[in-house]
Amino acid sequence: MSPAPHADDRHAMRQPTTSSQTVGPYLHIGLTWLNTANLIANVAGVRSILVAGRIVDGDGAPVSDAAIEIWQADASGKYAHPEDARDLPGTAGFAGFGRCPTDADGRYAFTTLKPGRVPAPGGGWQAPHINVTIFMRGMLRQLNTRIYFGDEAAANADDPVLTSVPPARRATLVAVAGANAGDYRFDIVLQGKGETVFFAV
Amino acid sequence: MDSTTKAPASAATKPAARALRGYRADDPGTQPAYLYPPYASTQKRAPHEALVRLPWSLSEVTGPLFGFERIRANDFDLTKQHDGAPIGERIVVSGRVLDANGKPVPHALVEIWQANAAGRYPHPVDQHDAPTDPNFTGAGRTLTDAEGRYRFVTIRPGEYPWRNHPNAWRPAHIHFSLFGPAFATRLVTQMYFPGDPLLEFDPMYMSIPDEKARKRLVSAFDWETTIPETALGYRFDVVLRGRDETPMENDLVLPR
Ligand SMILES: [Fe+3]
Repeated sequence: MSPAPHADDRHAMRQPTTSSQTVGPYLHIGLTWLNTANLIANVAGVRSILVAGRIVDGDGAPVSDAAIEIWQADASGKYAHPEDARDLPGTAGFAGFGRCPTDADGRYAFTTLKPGRVPAPGGGWQAPHINVTIFMRGMLRQLNTRIYFGDEAAANADDPVLTSVPPARRATLVAVAGANAGDYRFDIVLQGKGETVFFAV
Repeated sequence: MDSTTKAPASAATKPAARALRGYRADDPGTQPAYLYPPYASTQKRAPHEALVRLPWSLSEVTGPLFGFERIRANDFDLTKQHDGAPIGERIVVSGRVLDANGKPVPHALVEIWQANAAGRYPHPVDQHDAPTDPNFTGAGRTLTDAEGRYRFVTIRPGEYPWRNHPNAWRPAHIHFSLFGPAFATRLVTQMYFPGDPLLEFDPMYMSIPDEKARKRLVSAFDWETTIPETALGYRFDVVLRGRDETPMENDLVLPR
């Protein structure tokens, strides 16, 4: 049980991370209390967007027992977190975290605000994006992906993450703007044709 | 019209930068694969394509932070959430949340859920023919203290059958969900009990390639946290990913 000290660190004990296990089919019991499908319920004077979609498995069948979590910056690109120490005011009432279960048809929806551009590694800027974590039965560890926005073509063309993805797969990361202003559709395909790009973090 | 389409004004220049460190990768063999055929449900849900490696940026080294404002007094004590006492053996489950550098993770949100003493969840999907318990929901949550400690009082969950393969049974377990300081430290796992004969037959437990890593999911009986004449103690420490300690040449450079 006790880990061996790492050779070049006498102050702390290095140890392996705990293994992941699935949320299983009864995830709602433990997770529902923190469901947050509307991230801007306590934010005044922002333009809302609706990001909605559906999760399907390798047979195209809806995944009705998933939970999606999102993490995003505010409209100025500021994360509500001490690690983002830039001198930006932040947005009162906006924490940037959302959690939504899928319904019987595999659908989820978040009401939120459109994030701004976030600094890119090595300088420059990333395109506006929402960070996504997916949990479900049959998934021994979480999947991570990103939601980019279809009406941000110039920023997307410049984004170091999007451009690192094979061109044929990039569209799986881009939410399609809907007929109503602020509506975006982002479907998640777990496996096979049109498979969403998932990231190793 | 949409201000987010333009890069901030400072994007044109490359202002003074400061380095941010990423998080160390998990040790080999400690994490299950997405596709693990003995766990049948992985077969249609595991991606076929390889994961794309994300570079470290603010998006991954930040993450949601939680305070006490939504935690209620009895959220840590699953035996006191209803009018009556739940059926079953009371236990204390406690431990520390550390990072892989051995440092405590303070104020981490820990969520748990579990079956009742008969191995039944109060969930519409659970049709196991075992009694429900009106005095037990099986959900708890707490924040770690400044030293990374957490503590729950609950009842020992029952084993339960599932339909993965003929005569499949889950070992007794408690589901754990943890938020560390960053998007990169999110972890969902399960805690097991020492000496459970079902462990070696459980595809979820056995999906972890490294035997030592598997065994770290098994809690330890702990006299020290036992409450005399009331509850036995089990200790379960959780290790979240730790930060890279030494600056590396591919460190994230962040415009000020
Ligand atoms: Fe379970």
